[in-house]
Amino acid sequence: MGVEVLSTDAMSGASDALLTVTDLRTHFHVGEHVVKAVDGVSLTVHKGKTLGIVGESGSGKTVLSRSIMGINTAPNIETSGSVTYNGTELVGSSRSTMRKLWGAEMSMVFQDPMTSLNPVVKVGRQVTEHLRSHQGVSKSEARQAAIELLKWVRIPEPEKRLENYPHQMSGGMRQRVCIAIALACGPKLLFADEPTTALDVTVQHQILNLLSQQQRERDMAMVLVTHDLGVVATRTDEIAVMYAGRVVEQASTSTLFDDMRHPYTQSLFWSIPKTSEPKHTRLSAIVGRPPNLAALPPGCSFAARCPYAQDVCREQAPELQPTEDPSHLFACHLPVGSDEGRRALEVNVQLGLPQAKSAALRATVAGGGR
Amino acid sequence: MLKVVVARLVRLVGTLFAVTFLTFGMTALLPGDPVNAILGVETVRDPAVIAEIRADLGLDNPFIVRYFSWLGDAFTGDLGKSWITDQQVMETITQRLPVTAELAFLSIILALIFAIPIGVLGAYKQGKWQDNASSAGVQVALSVPNFIVGIFLIWLFAVKLGWLPASNWSRPSTDGIWANLKTAIMPASALAMTQMAIFSRLIRSDMVSTLQENYILAARSKGLSDRFILFRHALRPSSLSVMTIVGINFGALLGGTVIIETLFAIPGVGFRLINAISQRDIIVIQGITVFIATVYVVINTIVDLLYAVVDPRIRRR
Ligand SMILES: Nc1ncnc2c1ncn2[C@@H]1O[C@H](COP(=O)(O)OP(=O)(O)OP(=O)(O)O)[C@@H](O)[C@H]1O
Ligand SMILES: [Mg+2]
Repeated sequence: MGVEVLSTDAMSGASDALLTVTDLRTHFHVGEHVVKAVDGVSLTVHKGKTLGIVGESGSGKTVLSRSIMGINTAPNIETSGSVTYNGTELVGSSRSTMRKLWGAEMSMVFQDPMTSLNPVVKVGRQVTEHLRSHQGVSKSEARQAAIELLKWVRIPEPEKRLENYPHQMSGGMRQRVCIAIALACGPKLLFADEPTTALDVTVQHQILNLLSQQQRERDMAMVLVTHDLGVVATRTDEIAVMYAGRVVEQASTSTLFDDMRHPYTQSLFWSIPKTSEPKHTRLSAIVGRPPNLAALPPGCSFAARCPYAQDVCREQAPELQPTEDPSHLFACHLPVGSDEGRRALEVNVQLGLPQAKSAALRATVAGGGR
Repeated sequence: MLKVVVARLVRLVGTLFAVTFLTFGMTALLPGDPVNAILGVETVRDPAVIAEIRADLGLDNPFIVRYFSWLGDAFTGDLGKSWITDQQVMETITQRLPVTAELAFLSIILALIFAIPIGVLGAYKQGKWQDNASSAGVQVALSVPNFIVGIFLIWLFAVKLGWLPASNWSRPSTDGIWANLKTAIMPASALAMTQMAIFSRLIRSDMVSTLQENYILAARSKGLSDRFILFRHALRPSSLSVMTIVGINFGALLGGTVIIETLFAIPGVGFRLINAISQRDIIVIQGITVFIATVYVVINTIVDLLYAVVDPRIRRR
């Protein structure tokens, strides 16, 4: 699936897949309801590459990345499917196996740096405690490593900062600390779960650039989770678009932007904040709200909000299928750019569907999302 | 931080004023003439003698005058003299307070030694059998009064096994630490039982909410061991409630170990206070009460300041 396969690695000439997720499902049992937060996701992350996972709030991105890593703790959770990391099956494997991977082989930068650092533990210890437990380095070596790590993530006066508590730092600084923590043991795979959503716009780019740079320098694979398609446009090799717990479209980044097929991807594309537009222009939000994950409709879960949706969409759930390009998958009966899609849009405009009207307008003004 | 300390100290002085005034007022309101207590009931009442004693004790002065003269003396460390034994109250306290304080301290330490692991385990295994078993144990511990535990301990360790003495308090200065601990361990355990139950519940409930925190998940995702996460990440942020109660308990124990001190014949403050009350020895009651109240308020101030040590975020304010 990789766009350019790195065949320099003699050991793995056949496959460069680091992580393979197959039909992963994570369901929460809440009372009599089953919340299908992740419902049959399959993905591959290649060595040293970046996979973007994009979707609105509530689409299951956080649950997915935590399920892949196996760090979900809720007692009402049920996970099935398969996650293989370097050939090892992770779903259902023991706590001690996982513990050896966590922090060392794979690590995570969390969504909110304000709550993901322990407020009563000094930054210095938080940056190195897992380095000490995984690699058994001494206290003074750990301190040296911590200084080095803080330098990497561009924190000025690292010696002083080691003695700080998290509340003595700004949000951006804390997220840098979280990145340093995630990088400390030199992981092969980094999950960055909306690493900049809680931060100022000015800081967002710095943090994202820092992540990309570290990812390249370390030849580390990264899963970059975001709700902003703009963020992943320049920073990823592949993108998976998530809606209501499922992947609805998946392709290499360039293919996705050149040839998007799913109407949801198109809606996300339209809601990318444009730097050219004045700051206060309202993002063109997608009409309506995501469906209740405990009571998904029988057909396509995006149908109710889709500009193109017809009866078939409401009745029959579309399967993920490849295009002419086998690495480009989408799940839609009336894909963007197809003749059926165009006709469906016209029908919906005639019917006066608001999302269809604005989609049609978009298509004429901007020349379409593709 | 300095601001916090100053504010607390100002409040401390105010509280002490109120406490001394109230205690003094309360003892002045006690029914019965203290002179009767001094003379004894059978003595022939000579009004001249009574008047003389009253004047001597300053009982004829108005309440406010008496209060301030007593307060002035108290400031210099003079809490007056017992009308009955003639002993300086301050001397009584310096002799007896270390005994009671040791008991209080030991019992709290004992309680914490058991309460921390029990509370942490309960939170870690929330809803599982370990949690249910420990809550059941805690319920039992809460419902058995201290002195029953004391009697049981005496029966088991002093009478049946003969390992520990049931009375004859040993002082560390004269009999050595070991002998002292041997006499202290049973009464301290008796006092520790209920406290252990309360502390472990507090730690458990605080810990349950701490374990929901994002930073605990983050610590897990670093591959740290559960034990490390529980004790090095979650315990400290879960200890504010228990700290408050430890402070309150310590103060309460200084004045309230009466039953246990009586049961084990321990020469502590509580024992003396009960004597003084039955003898209507007002100066002693007053002195001890005010002293205990003061220690109590001081301890609570220290606990307040300790919050800042446990939670660095508080230091900023
Ligand atoms: N412990 C839980 N019990 C029940 N439902 C849960 C639980 N955790 C998450 N969910 C549900 O799973 C769904 C997906 O949540 P998730 O946090 O993964 O979304 P997200 O895509 O990360 O959104 P955001 O952009 O807001 O972070 C949500 O509807 C949420 O309510
Ligand atoms: Mg999320």
